[in-house]
Amino acid sequence: MNEPQDKSRRGFIGTAAVGTAGLGIAALAPGLHLIQVSQADTPTQGASSTVRWGMLIDTTKCASGCDACVKACNTENGIVETVKDARQGAQWIRKIELKDPKNGREHSLPMMCQHCANPPCVDVCPTGASMKRADGIVLVDRHICIGCRYCMMACPYKARSFVHQPLTEQNPEVPRGLGCVESCTFCVQRVDKGLKPACAEACPEGAMTFGDLNDPNSEIAQRLAREASTQVRADLKLNTGVRYQGI
Amino acid sequence: MALMKQALVGFAAVLLLAPALAVAGAPKPTVKIENPGQCIAPAEEMRRNHMDMLKHQRDRTMRQGIRGEKASLNECISCHASKSSGSVTGKDGFCQECHSYAAVKLDCWDCHQPKAGQKHAGAAGAKP
Ligand code: HEC
Ligand code: HEC
Ligand code: HEC
Repeated sequence: MNEPQDKSRRGFIGTAAVGTAGLGIAALAPGLHLIQVSQADTPTQGASSTVRWGMLIDTTKCASGCDACVKACNTENGIVETVKDARQGAQWIRKIELKDPKNGREHSLPMMCQHCANPPCVDVCPTGASMKRADGIVLVDRHICIGCRYCMMACPYKARSFVHQPLTEQNPEVPRGLGCVESCTFCVQRVDKGLKPACAEACPEGAMTFGDLNDPNSEIAQRLAREASTQVRADLKLNTGVRYQGI
Repeated sequence: MALMKQALVGFAAVLLLAPALAVAGAPKPTVKIENPGQCIAPAEEMRRNHMDMLKHQRDRTMRQGIRGEKASLNECISCHASKSSGSVTGKDGFCQECHSYAAVKLDCWDCHQPKAGQKHAGAAGAKP
């Protein structure tokens, strides 16, 4: 859907975004009025297909009982649990404790949408609401989601949930509401601003590395090239964007 | 005839709880512009086309990740929220007043926060 990016323009936007509004105006073409600039901001170029966002989770650093990532996710995305039945709770991110019964080795890890390159949720969606952005982020377009929940059945990671009750305290940047399926968005509203997802930022151990899998110079790509990592249910060949170490 | 018309106007005014409607001629919706600034297009164009602008913007942001464009719903809200309630819905709500007059019902507020300026620390960050 997206054309390859014009590098020079992207560079300019990057700089303008870091600078203050005043700097941004100074750099714009003459003839633009102040008021127009303040209204239109500087449109971003949108998701690029040259990028593939991913995350590497080092479970050896992930402490059992720590849920800093889950808390950060809830705050960022305005998730306040109101349902009585725990099975109906939001599943944007959750902590899982695993134990190998043979040798007693324990693991603790966060599980969420794995942002698959071949996402089964997108395959089964009857309306096109389940979608993958050009930069690999898998989302539900809740404007056209009819709440059928096929995608929840199709997801091998149980990473999607359905909103069962009316909501009122949403974060303005993260609309969510009754009757739609939702899941981890990699904090798309942050990523589009050049920030990393809230969970990765909050992890006290720095166990969650977020970055561009397609950029050979990114920390995540370099570590994947050097160190061993696993895709959960690699047998399904979904080519997940979230990878784990130590499991 | 004149009586009937008066009765009708009176009825509409009661229905919409908007006394301003009882002025001479056809009843008009109350549209309060409370905040300074300039809309993204002239008022005539906005009245006619805002729904198309929003829909177009919705798809560009949601599906293509393009942000910071003119017809952003959050931007409408930050300019048009009422000073008393901070919202575009409810009594004096900019979007709601006109829509109840026109018998339009939106589902947007099931998900979108109709109150302006509710950004919290985590989501703030630099404006794109
Ligand atoms: C079921 C939930 C839901 C409903 C109902 C809904 N939206 Fe959205 N909307 C979203 C989500 C989720 C996003 C993506 C936000 C993001 O990524 O920043 C969004 C984004 C948008 C955007 C782009 C972001 C912005 O602020 O400009 C627009 C425009 C928009 N919606 C318009 C509408 C309109 C108009 C309606 C009502 C006709 C509506 N939406 C109803 C969930 C919803
Ligand atoms: C920068 C502030 C600002 C933003 C952003 C903004 N508006 Fe406006 N809007 C105004 C002002 C001021 C007026 C009054 C203009 C006039 O009367 O000439 C207005 C007028 C309107 C009107 C016509 C009201 C009437 O007189 O009947 C509509 C409809 C409208 N806006 C909808 C929107 C929508 C929808 C959005 C978002 C896509 C939006 N506006 C964004 C400031 C803003
Ligand atoms: C001046 C009156 C007026 C104001 C103010 C106004 N609207 Fe509307 N809006 C209308 C009318 C009339 C329609 C229905 C047009 C039609 O059915 O063709 C409509 C339709 C819509 C629709 C499409 C609804 C649908 O079911 O297709 C959306 C979305 C919408 N308005 C959003 C907004 C938002 C958001 C605001 C506040 C920022 C707003 N409007 C303010 C008059 C207004």
